[in-house]
Amino acid sequence: MAKRSAPEVNAGSMADIAFLLLIFFLVTTTIETDSGLNRKLPPIEEIEDPPIIKQKNIFTVVVNKNNQLLAEEELIDIADLRALAAEFLDNGGGEGEEECKYCQGPGDPKSSDNPDKAIISLKNDRETSYKVYIAVQNELVAAYNELRDREFIRLFPSENMSFVEANKKYYDPRTSPQEKIRLKPKLSEVKLLFPQKLSEAEPSKTN
Amino acid sequence: MSKFKKKKGGDLPAISTASLPDIVFMLLFFFMVATVMRDSTLMVKNQLPAADQIQKLDKKDRVMYIYAGEPSTRYAEKYGTQARIQLNDKFATVSEVGAFVLSERASKRQELQDVLTTALKVDGDTKMGLISDIKQELRKVNALKINYTTRVGDFYQNMD
Repeated sequence: MAKRSAPEVNAGSMADIAFLLLIFFLVTTTIETDSGLNRKLPPIEEIEDPPIIKQKNIFTVVVNKNNQLLAEEELIDIADLRALAAEFLDNGGGEGEEECKYCQGPGDPKSSDNPDKAIISLKNDRETSYKVYIAVQNELVAAYNELRDREFIRLFPSENMSFVEANKKYYDPRTSPQEKIRLKPKLSEVKLLFPQKLSEAEPSKTN
Repeated sequence: MSKFKKKKGGDLPAISTASLPDIVFMLLFFFMVATVMRDSTLMVKNQLPAADQIQKLDKKDRVMYIYAGEPSTRYAEKYGTQARIQLNDKFATVSEVGAFVLSERASKRQELQDVLTTALKVDGDTKMGLISDIKQELRKVNALKINYTTRVGDFYQNMD
């Protein structure tokens, strides 16, 4: 008679158990969103002598309680905001000392002198919806990024990337320290050409 | 001689499924490792608005989270439908934000205390009044680096 081998343990249900666990983890996993718009709040100390800013150097954006958008006191569509803000920043209407050599705007004397002087003032109502506010913020940041991209590519064509990409690379933990040291002065140079001067007024109260 | 003749059967040998658990376990481990467990359960509605000019947030140990939005349906009966702030695991008022930030800051390592970012995870339908109040509180405790956490998407998704 042939020797009987030990009966094999049926491992067929092992897969079922593993699947059960797998499905549990799949369902309970929530992918955390960990990206967004970085902003810096102004410190609370009041400046005693606020510098006098010429009206033409301020681009006012107002979002009212009905989520309507006004740029320079005119009702506009949010799709146009990016282009309008970029045009304002890139105008370069200054003369002499305030001339902007790298600006490609129309040079309208009624608009901003140079990007360093240009300030975007954002004002919202307490009743404004947060998502509209974020959309406006997003578009204003986009205007800055567009111009910075342009200058970065013009100044450092050998990098073969845009400002946004370079900035992302700089903040990526996988980038080597040497690379970071190399990128840093280039990034800050472009940032200085178009400094982000976005001022937020205290929201108005609706009665 | 028939002893050495191979048995000729029509039936195919069964495909071994012995490696199936291994494959599934592999997937399981992947998901277990990749899962980030949320520190606090959400008690507010949290449909984040969309934006595309976004930057990645700092490392997790340098971030503190402030949630805001309408209380989710489970809590709506008790807390109403007014938008509220959630800090850690409980609802809070605006005046508690400052204390929360200070205690969070104190719990971090010395070298990280100055580089902390406050991530605002706010529901898209919240009114700006509440957010302005939070921002004002943050300014008071000098927590100036903030991040409006958003989904990735075009801005017109926010318009409806």
